[in-house]
Amino acid sequence: MKYTMALVLDQAEIAPDIFSLTLRVSFAGQARPGQFISLYSGDGARLLPRPISICQIDEGRSALRLVYRIAGRGTREFSALKSGDEIRVLGPLGNGFPVDDYADRRVLLIGGGIGVPPMLSCADALREPVFAVGYRSRELAYLLPEITAYPEVLIATEDGSLGTRGNVLDAIRASGPKADAVFACGPAPMLRAVKAWAEEAEIPCFISLEERMACGVGACLGCVTKTTGVDGHSHVKNARICKDGPVFAAEEVDLS
Amino acid sequence: MMNTSNPDLTTTLASVTFKNPVMTASGTFGSGMEYCDFFDLSRLGAVVTKGVADVPWPGNPTPRVCETPSGMLNAIGLQNPGIDVFCERDLPFLRQYDTKIIVNVCGHSEEEYLRVVDRLADEAIDMMEINISCPNVKEGGIAFGTDPAAVERITRAVKAHARQPVIMKLSPNVTDIKVMARAAEAGGADAISLINTLTGMKIDIERARFALANRTGGLSGPAIHPVAVRMVYEAAHSVSIPVIGMGGIVTAEDAIEMLMAGASAVSVGTASFHNPMAAAEIADGIGAFLARKGYGSVSEIIGIV
Repeated sequence: MKYTMALVLDQAEIAPDIFSLTLRVSFAGQARPGQFISLYSGDGARLLPRPISICQIDEGRSALRLVYRIAGRGTREFSALKSGDEIRVLGPLGNGFPVDDYADRRVLLIGGGIGVPPMLSCADALREPVFAVGYRSRELAYLLPEITAYPEVLIATEDGSLGTRGNVLDAIRASGPKADAVFACGPAPMLRAVKAWAEEAEIPCFISLEERMACGVGACLGCVTKTTGVDGHSHVKNARICKDGPVFAAEEVDLS
Repeated sequence: MMNTSNPDLTTTLASVTFKNPVMTASGTFGSGMEYCDFFDLSRLGAVVTKGVADVPWPGNPTPRVCETPSGMLNAIGLQNPGIDVFCERDLPFLRQYDTKIIVNVCGHSEEEYLRVVDRLADEAIDMMEINISCPNVKEGGIAFGTDPAAVERITRAVKAHARQPVIMKLSPNVTDIKVMARAAEAGGADAISLINTLTGMKIDIERARFALANRTGGLSGPAIHPVAVRMVYEAAHSVSIPVIGMGGIVTAEDAIEMLMAGASAVSVGTASFHNPMAAAEIADGIGAFLARKGYGSVSEIIGIV
């Protein structure tokens, strides 16, 4: 975990308001799939770092690729960064997906909306990944070249312009893929549905959560999720997403 | 002759001497575990811990935080593991460092505060800070901190039980901070600290709802610094006990303003979210400022204006 400057290697808008940013940063080699980094605004009036998940890890170039959507002024500022610019970052943060436990197994990687990027870093660390990704429309279906390079991919779009019409669970139910585990990241309704589906199919399921964060390191207790058991830090039923997560075994968290 | 190239950074409050006047503001630094990888906690005058109650508190629903111009709102609701886990886990951790330990105490009622104070009686801690100013819990907290009679009563009750010097942490959400400062002094407080956060509200206009689940939250960060400096100045000039100043300190210059306004020490809070090393860097920066200006010690600038 380092608080340091990162060098922008490249940035491009890969879909409307969705940007791919590659940073050279000293801690890239320590990053794990499913972890995130905090990016700091150059404007001191925007105090809080923006947590962004890691999309791809390039240890050789000591680089991390981040894919993010413009959600406000902070991310809009980041979208203007050009090759050669510097930005202050903190990372790698959080726990990440258990890719080592399932390296040789068949893992269903479910990504919805802006939850798709971390699935790509997981796929890079697994022998048999199966993608299931959901988008609003074909126009907003980003990262497709990278994802379709893998042999097994299910795609859903809400308007039916690409793949199964509906959400990512509709695509999964339509083809009934077999898997030894599920890794998922996406909006809360999707994660609730994924959790229920995996429970019924009796497949171990790990989900990555997001929440408004302040410190990013587990000190402020701003970004908690309800848990089914007593959490290890505060001994209540509220785990810290930034530090104890963002990835949790689905049965550990109460998404109701 | 005074060696001004190596100024004396020590400051003394209620017979406790701190190696420098920089502390961490309660709730922004946990018990230091999350920041010890960034710098040696022994560089701090003190670690002021996250508020601890007699039993674990779950805190408020999320979202609990949001950014505002030059600041942030929080409504954590004092999530904490309770005094037993705190004493078994957090205090031994902090004792590894050569820094003072100030334990922030919270409660819903006088009895709950006193249970924590009693539990701390045999613990090797340097001071305790009584949180009567949290704006994000319905009972206790700010309910005590906005009524001078309640401030005096709770201060006196805590003092009757406490083995360590007591700091009363005051709320800025009052008409006249001087009245509250005098009430704490009348109750026997050894020191006061201020300001806690200013109650605020943010509305997410895209979703037409409150940004925080709690609706209101406490505003912190550089946006509140001039308010804090004014209140520290007013409080320091109305009591004879020492004042710990906080509110929006991001740089050494901000901390020096607070000292010049009359604070004997300062706390760094929200700045740690922007820079995990902020508190340590501010301590170094105060030393550099004193040396540059030819001051021999921190005490020379306390209340200089």
